[in-house]
Amino acid sequence: MASKERETLLDPLINNNPIALQVLGLCSALAVTTKMETAFVMSLAVVAVTALSNLSISVIRNYIPSSIRIIVQLTIIASLVIVTDQVLKAFVFDISKQLSVFVGLIITNCIIMGRAEAFAMQNAPLPSFIDGIGNGLGYGLVLMLVAFMRELFGSGKVFGYTVLPLVTEGGWYQPNGMMLLAPGAFFLIGIFIWVIRSIRPEQVEEDFHVGALSEPGYEGSVR
Amino acid sequence: MQHSTGYIIGFSAAICVVCALLVSGSAVSLKPLQERNALVDKQKNILSVAGLMSSGETMTADEVQTLFADKIRPVVVDLESGDIDPDVDAASFDQRNAAKDPETSRAAPANASKILRVPYDGLVYEVVKDGAVQTLILPIEGMGLWSVLYGYLALDTDLTTIRGITFYEQGETAGLGGEVENPRWKALWPGRRAFDDRGNVKIQVKKGIAGPPATDPYEVDGLSGATLTSRGVTNMLRFWLGPDGFGPFIAQLRSDPSWTSVKGT
Repeated sequence: MASKERETLLDPLINNNPIALQVLGLCSALAVTTKMETAFVMSLAVVAVTALSNLSISVIRNYIPSSIRIIVQLTIIASLVIVTDQVLKAFVFDISKQLSVFVGLIITNCIIMGRAEAFAMQNAPLPSFIDGIGNGLGYGLVLMLVAFMRELFGSGKVFGYTVLPLVTEGGWYQPNGMMLLAPGAFFLIGIFIWVIRSIRPEQVEEDFHVGALSEPGYEGSVR
Repeated sequence: MQHSTGYIIGFSAAICVVCALLVSGSAVSLKPLQERNALVDKQKNILSVAGLMSSGETMTADEVQTLFADKIRPVVVDLESGDIDPDVDAASFDQRNAAKDPETSRAAPANASKILRVPYDGLVYEVVKDGAVQTLILPIEGMGLWSVLYGYLALDTDLTTIRGITFYEQGETAGLGGEVENPRWKALWPGRRAFDDRGNVKIQVKKGIAGPPATDPYEVDGLSGATLTSRGVTNMLRFWLGPDGFGPFIAQLRSDPSWTSVKGT
């Protein structure tokens, strides 16, 4: 793989992670991360949707009239999400039951539209496809990390296998119930962003102040 | 780049057609698989409430269907009279669809479970072993906090002792009301008694912790943080075991001591 493409693929994992740096797609990251299994399937679904939506939007990018480009992107993304949901229902029914509405809500996941608008509209199909996979993986990486911590400390399990036997089941581990609630995910994502930004201080945004948006060269973080 | 209005309309029409083909194509082609999954899921629930499958057990779809066909007998019951309705094919009867159709259902009397329509016929399942019914499984449904809960209640052949309860579809708050699906809570049910000695429905989900089945047979622990879901479960049991639900059917069975022997099979 050429180095440019490798960069497109790997960059969103840490350097330009959609959740950690761009702070996108948080709602589903909270909802599906109580168990690693659901987080894993959700990650795969998001990778598939971002990659395919980037690819198809990039293929037709020169034909999309700019006045209706957002709705065209949405139509394509929505169709892909429905197809993904149908496939999950047909092949992994139990997991799709647990994911319930959140697969449908991939439509509203800002990462996908963000990548379509920011990358696929300007780049050729192959790099767009790779960019989609990279961003999907970056999202999935955070999802899996958060799910690992939540499942381990909230239910004493990893991928459904008991690691810390619970007090209620005759073991010794008193589970941390907060991990299973939404705030648990907020804390974990917050800590995750903090750790990344401590290691890579260049990701820290400049202090936002009134008037910043109108300054020349502002590439701020309000999205 | 400026495009003409005609181009924009044509472009959006083309996108819509392509996307519509994609969506409907996948929906139609995957439908048989999905329907089978939904059926197997329901059968799994019936098997688990019947005690034929433990909650941690994994079975392939084929195993589930074979075991179901082997052990479970669906029976269509006329709810009002309590008689078995031989005119309806039990294998294809769908109680939830029947409850929606004005031809096969009636408006429900006012009830705490917010059930709007009751079907004329109900679909119960019998667990059959060596020509005798071992367990009777009744469908239950009713309002919880924000969703309708659908599930099954398994009764022993004495028609009073509860063998199990399960919910296969619910949209209660995960972690609170959603705990109706928790195996540990469901394990509190077997051995409790649904009816008192005079035949009135007495089982209820109480607020707080109930005693063991031997000393506290009519109560089950409430779900903490989910008073309304707990109450919903009590209400739906009262309804479906009562006169508008399967009450007449259960009364019929009580009056016929030989009901457990399977006839004509």
